Amino acid sequence: MSNKEKEPIFSAKNFKLLTTPLSTNNPITIQVLGICSALAITVKLKPALVMALSVIAVISVSNVVIAALRNYIPERIRIIVQLVVIATLVILVDQILKAYAFDVSKQLSVFVGLIITNCIIMGRLEAFAMANKPWPAFLDGLGNGAGYGLILVIVSFFRELLGSGTIYGYPVIEKLGLYSIGYENNGMMILPPMALIVVGLIIWVQRGADKSLIEDK
Amino acid sequence: MENLLNIFIKSIFVENMVFAFFLGMCSYLAVSKTVKTSMGLGIAVIFVLLITVPVNFLIEKYILQKGALVWLGEGFADVDLSFLTFIVFIAVIAAMVQLVEMIIEKFSPPLYNSLGIFLPLIAVNCAILGASLFMQEREYANIGEATVFGFGSGIGWFLAIVGIAAIREKLRYSNVPDPLKGLGITFILTGLMAIAFMGFMGITI
Repeated sequence: MSNKEKEPIFSAKNFKLLTTPLSTNNPITIQVLGICSALAITVKLKPALVMALSVIAVISVSNVVIAALRNYIPERIRIIVQLVVIATLVILVDQILKAYAFDVSKQLSVFVGLIITNCIIMGRLEAFAMANKPWPAFLDGLGNGAGYGLILVIVSFFRELLGSGTIYGYPVIEKLGLYSIGYENNGMMILPPMALIVVGLIIWVQRGADKSLIEDK
Repeated sequence: MENLLNIFIKSIFVENMVFAFFLGMCSYLAVSKTVKTSMGLGIAVIFVLLITVPVNFLIEKYILQKGALVWLGEGFADVDLSFLTFIVFIAVIAAMVQLVEMIIEKFSPPLYNSLGIFLPLIAVNCAILGASLFMQEREYANIGEATVFGFGSGIGWFLAIVGIAAIREKLRYSNVPDPLKGLGITFILTGLMAIAFMGFMGITI
């Protein structure tokens, strides 16, 4: 490893690690990981943003930790080691949220704890961090966390706008005066099933735009 | 008894793990291609939930809660270990899955062969950890209620995955728009099934 040429911190390869998860290798719409928490907390933009930030923090730090330890972790017990690292970080995030953002932490309820079993994190640790150096692993974690956050923000933006008529708590529809001409909020968008359908539509749009992503069956 | 029945019905239909909370979605989407395999996974989930929820309930009640350690002596009345919840629950689940796997292998090789690869996968199924965390959040009164809740959630998950697998098998003969094929249509179908399950909302016995 030592005789390898030193590559610049932001080489093209490293930059790609950061950007592909945002589009063509998105953890939610393409890799189908981490759906569980993605859907339940997307009624409003604010909890979705907090969730996205928490996941980005956990995934990038755990990626670095596992990548730094990768040569010392015995193959047979790697799953449990990974779980311990993730669980510790999630406990930290949970305590921080409880201390500084209590109302959001209440809204997220069990879903903060469920970051532990979020398949994106386990998936990235297994697929990337176990075989790469800490710096690329950090970028990979950042990219995948951001890709996950992007979908969360898109879904919650539409659900909040169409369902409650607000954006980040700001009453857009009311300010535009649409209620007075007979517009009504679509109560359906707040219900859980619509999260699934909105993600389905996002997948439709994404794969419609990029034909190479279509699954052949 | 009525109370238990109520929790049971509620955890299967009204608060279905998949349709109301989206828990266990990853394996739900990945394994639901054929009815046979999804039944195997569903049974394994029921089994693991039935064991881990009551075990975690006991741990929560006698070790983690504030003042739970009082049975060790008066000096422990103020100890609050609840910040350890996540790590203890996930450790219990991982250990239980391992144990269940060994027990099934020893006593029922046919069942073991049919569950096979699915058992270890369950440790990272969000539905399992989710059920334990919901059990903690809802503060069930005794172990009976916790057990019934675990069992009911398992059956709800089983119903959901077998249902979607059956639909996906039929779907092979239909003409789905290309970009929606596979994942996209499964999402939308799950959404429609969830709307159907919402019809159960509000039932109590």
